[in-house]
Amino acid sequence: MSEPVALKLTAKDFKSDQEVRWCPGCGDYAILAAVQGFMPELNIPRENVVFISGIGCSSRFPYYMNTYGMHSIHGRAPAIATGLSVSRPDLSVWVVTGDGDALSIGGNHLIHALRRNVNLKILLFNNRIYGLTKGQYSPTSEIGKVTKSTPVGSADAPFNPLSLALGAEATFVARTIDSDRKHLQSVLRAAAEHQGSAFVEIYQNCNIFNDGAFDPLKEPATRDDFLIRLEHGQPITFGKDDQFCVVHPPGGFGLEVRETAATPAGEIVVHDAGVADPAYAFALSRLPGLDLRNTPIGVFRSVTRSSYDRAVQEQVAAAKAGVDQTPEQQLAGLLSAGDTWTIL
Amino acid sequence: MTKQIRQLDRVVIRFAGDSGDGMQLTGDRFTSETAQLGNDISTLPNFPAEIRAPAGTLPGVSSFQVHFADYDILTPGDAPNVLVAMNPAALKANLTDLPRGADIIVNTDEFTRRNLAKVGYATSPLDDDSLAGYVVHPVALTSMTIGALAEHEVSKKDAERAKNMFALGLLSWMYSRPYESTLRFLERKFAARPELVAANVAAFRAGWNFGETTEDFSVRYEVKPAKMLPGTYRNITGNAALSLGLVAAGVRSGLPVFLGAYPITPASDILHELSKHKKLGVVTMQAEDEIAAVGAALGASYGGSLGVTTTSGPGVALKSETISLAVALELPLVIVDVQRAGPSTGMPTKTEQADLNMALYGRHGEAPVAVIAPKSPADCFHAALEAARIALTYRTPVLLLSDNYVANGSEPWLLPDVESLPDLRVEFASRPNGEDGTTFLPYLRDPETLARPWAIPGTPGLEHRIGGLEKADKTGDISYDPANHDFMVRTRAARIETIPVPDVEVEDPDGDARVLVLGWGSTYGPIGAACRGLRQRGLSVAQAHLRHLAPMPANLGEVLRAYDRVVIPEMNLGQLAHVIRAKYLVDAISYNQVRGLPFTAAELETMLEEVLKNV
Repeated sequence: MSEPVALKLTAKDFKSDQEVRWCPGCGDYAILAAVQGFMPELNIPRENVVFISGIGCSSRFPYYMNTYGMHSIHGRAPAIATGLSVSRPDLSVWVVTGDGDALSIGGNHLIHALRRNVNLKILLFNNRIYGLTKGQYSPTSEIGKVTKSTPVGSADAPFNPLSLALGAEATFVARTIDSDRKHLQSVLRAAAEHQGSAFVEIYQNCNIFNDGAFDPLKEPATRDDFLIRLEHGQPITFGKDDQFCVVHPPGGFGLEVRETAATPAGEIVVHDAGVADPAYAFALSRLPGLDLRNTPIGVFRSVTRSSYDRAVQEQVAAAKAGVDQTPEQQLAGLLSAGDTWTIL
Repeated sequence: MTKQIRQLDRVVIRFAGDSGDGMQLTGDRFTSETAQLGNDISTLPNFPAEIRAPAGTLPGVSSFQVHFADYDILTPGDAPNVLVAMNPAALKANLTDLPRGADIIVNTDEFTRRNLAKVGYATSPLDDDSLAGYVVHPVALTSMTIGALAEHEVSKKDAERAKNMFALGLLSWMYSRPYESTLRFLERKFAARPELVAANVAAFRAGWNFGETTEDFSVRYEVKPAKMLPGTYRNITGNAALSLGLVAAGVRSGLPVFLGAYPITPASDILHELSKHKKLGVVTMQAEDEIAAVGAALGASYGGSLGVTTTSGPGVALKSETISLAVALELPLVIVDVQRAGPSTGMPTKTEQADLNMALYGRHGEAPVAVIAPKSPADCFHAALEAARIALTYRTPVLLLSDNYVANGSEPWLLPDVESLPDLRVEFASRPNGEDGTTFLPYLRDPETLARPWAIPGTPGLEHRIGGLEKADKTGDISYDPANHDFMVRTRAARIETIPVPDVEVEDPDGDARVLVLGWGSTYGPIGAACRGLRQRGLSVAQAHLRHLAPMPANLGEVLRAYDRVVIPEMNLGQLAHVIRAKYLVDAISYNQVRGLPFTAAELETMLEEVLKNV
């Protein structure tokens, strides 16, 4: 095979002529710029890239990408994208969704896309609020959230999107933050390279209805002590002075945060995104507290499993192998199959 | 003993038994033998939704009716001439449908006190005079089958289960059927277990020989082949024909067929059938729900496949939002609704045509789609091709309204030449269509079809975004402009309304009818049979049948106004009649029945006779 030709695309090539209409200051701008800036790296012709979204603020995303795109209906983007990806394995198909779109109305499609391991890159913009409908609580809002629809506080517990994705057998699970372009692009890169479903949660600030939701992970005063930056093959330590670490206490099921100074180096967990058992990534996903302390970002899990698209296409290819009849001849044979009789 | 041979022009046989007695298979085999002989055929299976209702109970009764004749017939027959009752429940459940004088073949082995009690018989109807008006043939089917298989190395259970082949052998003898196809079938079915092939063949022969030797059956019947158009035929159910129609649409369009489906009675057989045709590039996906099924189909259409989803009424309800999206996106999509009795779960294995309103109007906003209905099992093939033709040519969702009656019923199908099937090839957009030569306008329409370009991902230079938000004419950009929305709504309506569809044809052999019977979908057979009945009695009546329900044929108004009265029989509470009254201001008579069963020709004939009297 010859080396692919360098397309020499730039971020500008991925900007559509449409005026971007998110609220000024919305975290979506940063994500859009990061995606547009990252796309040329893939060296995929624009015509082979498709963005499919559902409904919500984030779902306006496809209009701003100068690729093929579909702004579909609430919650259904993974289903529509599955049909496209299975029938057109030559395309690079991206799903853009939000916490309401993916986890509330579209929860069923999300888990089944992940279970099937459809070759989709799913970007979930999580702002923990319904923005487009003007400020109701979402399935990732913290319990007790006071909003227009919950004046005395929400009564239901939230989903942890990564735990959910892992429970649905996702083969690639990652988290990143809208404001950290470098990290965001590194996660996108890993997602794009993954064969199968890649699920990326992006913490995104809604400055109108849920401003500052992720501030402890962004403020210089707190972020280093709150964020756990996962790096494959590296011991998991964090904090300004690496004063914290993650260990797997004997006898326990999960992971815990300890002080590095009081922990023998051999007990610190070395991050391995390729662990076959999803329990490890699940334990990572359970580390953060309600105050966002101990929030891991980066690639939690990246394992190999046959994608649905590929398996389906292989079945079709196997069925077609060795067929020497034209489709018309095959059809004629099919129509006259079984018990027939002829009247002269 | 020499048997008398009597010629008949038509016979209706109903095989009835417990769900586990294999009556569908028995009926199917008898039908196949009958097809080989060249009779015209029409069949009607009738089975419970429960896979195995408690044995021997009325809800567990499954039946298969076959009508065959030496002339062309239109229905599976109103009433059986022969009932095969494998147990007391089968007798009780079907007796009311039998005309006096009909033959009843009963399996006496099952008429035990316990089985009689299960269905509320205090005494055996075989021992009192309750069956006096019928010709009863008591046959110890089970014990004779077990006896015939005494030398065979099969379990008692397997021997007992072969009793349906004994019954089939007996009936095949009675009606002089060629049985080679059944022997071949048994060899195929039990290929892995030769002892079962031998046992079932032996049971079949025992039944045949029993007919030949017993004095209880003194008459053997013959029904000569029907005069049918020359050609090669096969017997086919509606679901099978519809599946092949979709496969054919893929071949004739050169596009891969993508089926997204969720299992639902009575549509699942289409998913089963299409999943076998990967060789022809057909991809089937069993989705997580009805919504995902249509979503995936739409996604595949967006990518250049012929997207199809198959379901029944409750599934269409779930798909409605996505169908509306397809209306807005103006992409091809075929939605097959194999209607069943509703609302809600209703009677999943019983027929009805009460989804017409939903097909025509069941979406939010002004969201018109094309609607087509097949009139018979074999017609499902051509209706599926027509649905695909409209979807591909006019880039629109098309609802194909089958129903349980045509889906599971069968009839002989004159096999078409592949070359004679419509050419469905489409052209994807390949270059910018703007005046400047570089811009692509995804909503610039073909002036003739009003279809927008189908620009599939992967086409360089045509990158564009589409979505559910209202789009500006030509550019497809998001638009909230009032005048644009008004224009787009009217254009979407016009797109459907101006699809050219064939004129409706009127059958009025006498030429002087004053009453027109208008039908749609699966009522074609019973209406046609009723009209024939009236004509044979010297009465004039005209029949017209709608295949296209949206848009309706251009000549329909003129046709309707040419008659003094228009009668519309429907298996719903008058859904087509409402449309006809509203659209054409014709004071149509709506005749309705919603019993989960097709009309009988006799009841329609009686009803129409009343109408004729009052014209």
